[in-house]
Amino acid sequence: MDGFWSSFLWPLIVMIAQSLLLMVVLLVCVAYILYADRKIWAAVQIRRGPNVVGPWGLFQSFADLLKFVLKEPVIPAGASKGLFLLAPLLTVVLSLLAWAVIPVNAGWVIADINVGILFIFAISSLSVYGIIIGGWASNSKYPFLSALRSAAQMVSYEVSIGFVIITVLLCAGSLNLTEIVEAQRTGLASAIGLPWLGFLNWYWLPLFPMFVIFFISALAETNRPPFDLVEAESELVAGFMVEYGSTPYMMFMLGEYVAITLMCAMMAILFMGGWLPPFDFAPFTWVPGIVWFALKVLLGFFMFAMVKAMVPRYRYDQLMRLGWKVFLPISLTMVVIVAGVLQFTGWAN
Amino acid sequence: MTLTAFFFYIFSAVTIASAVMVIASRNPVHSVLFLILAFFNAAGLFLLLGAEFLAMILVVVYVGAVAVLFLFVVMMLDVDFAELRQGFLQYLPIGVLIGVVFLVELIFVVGAWVIAPEVAGHGALPIRNPDEVSNIAAIGEVLYTRYVYFFQASGLVLLVAMIGAIVLTLRHKPNVKRQDIATQVARSRETAIEIRKVEPGKGL
Repeated sequence: MDGFWSSFLWPLIVMIAQSLLLMVVLLVCVAYILYADRKIWAAVQIRRGPNVVGPWGLFQSFADLLKFVLKEPVIPAGASKGLFLLAPLLTVVLSLLAWAVIPVNAGWVIADINVGILFIFAISSLSVYGIIIGGWASNSKYPFLSALRSAAQMVSYEVSIGFVIITVLLCAGSLNLTEIVEAQRTGLASAIGLPWLGFLNWYWLPLFPMFVIFFISALAETNRPPFDLVEAESELVAGFMVEYGSTPYMMFMLGEYVAITLMCAMMAILFMGGWLPPFDFAPFTWVPGIVWFALKVLLGFFMFAMVKAMVPRYRYDQLMRLGWKVFLPISLTMVVIVAGVLQFTGWAN
Repeated sequence: MTLTAFFFYIFSAVTIASAVMVIASRNPVHSVLFLILAFFNAAGLFLLLGAEFLAMILVVVYVGAVAVLFLFVVMMLDVDFAELRQGFLQYLPIGVLIGVVFLVELIFVVGAWVIAPEVAGHGALPIRNPDEVSNIAAIGEVLYTRYVYFFQASGLVLLVAMIGAIVLTLRHKPNVKRQDIATQVARSRETAIEIRKVEPGKGL
């Protein structure tokens, strides 16, 4: 019995506690990221944004939450009921699931698996199902068109995200996210003899084209503007979410924003050195790693929000052209170039 | 060990149940969704075997891409369910025959393992200790050395199939205006606009 307690039950309890902690922190962060998104958007358009609920509108997201939860959910008569309710649930669960392998600081990770990056890639490639199932189960024309669009769009951009990830893991020599971050401790800055310039060691500089491609593909993968053709309100009303209201709608929104923070976290880990400080000397190394990680994620999100505010929406054929005719050849070539450089210079070892 | 067995039975039971539902459910979209569930549980079985790379690739490739395209096609087809059911008895003998062939082959394979366990080792390379090397590195070591020609050949087959599919569907319609990004980008101020000095009251 003692062995059962120490080998099964106790690790299980610890894991559940860690997951709950991460989830609560994440959801509170998402509430304020939503607020920040609306504030940034408003500031670009010289509006005030949410400013009524609480001081400077800080409680706006929680007011929205209460409003959504207290409304009556409506299920259309012709809808496939089970799938209709499954779709938003799937979106939220999948986007939260991927956070289990994200290391927010050295050793601060729930599941330190050795195929971490593949796990995230697999989970984010599944997020299309929430949209497809929701669009189909609504039994309505606009949601269905949106489901078809999203199927093609997300599959196309996954291809280039996959190649970007391959170049990073060629450089790092591992699929474990913690090791990918640790591999960014040494790099360009140590090569030119200035090891204290930590931010030059990170992969964003040597792999700059891939960084740009990853950022744009992440926008397309999370259906953010300018690639929000899935919910393009001027063409499809609200896309796959037309028939949804109240809590299911809120779950779609929540899943979308958690997926966005996940993509920002991926960007921080793959290209911006995760929890590593930007300068390797005293005041910067005193700051705990999680602060650096959070700052990098927020920087990524700020770029997401600015793109949403500034860039007009793409047309669908232009979106497809960008994915298949521009990003795919560039990223494929970069995989070959990076592999070749690593092989011939011997940096791989 | 009991926990592994427990999960093995859960994954296998759900895999078989959802495989049955793929052919039993009335709605083709539900069939595809059950197929996805079956893929998932197969990935779980791979995880139990310690082949986490294969499990993840199964999810990425089959669930994340292939099944999406299945779903895409099935949703767009206008399927008459009653008509689909009619041919069931007609094709039943062929289906049963194929099933029996598969079953017999599986029995042969498993029987060979039971009767002579050492025979299986002759055909394959010895597997390295999973504690020493991650299974991605292990797969890479055999795939790009011993089996490199097979790997290249299968890549070539896929390339030919892809080109075939593109050629079959490629149509060049005349009188269709297409966007040429290169000419749009190459436009300069000189080629795009012309500045004229208009004298008052005269027009151009």
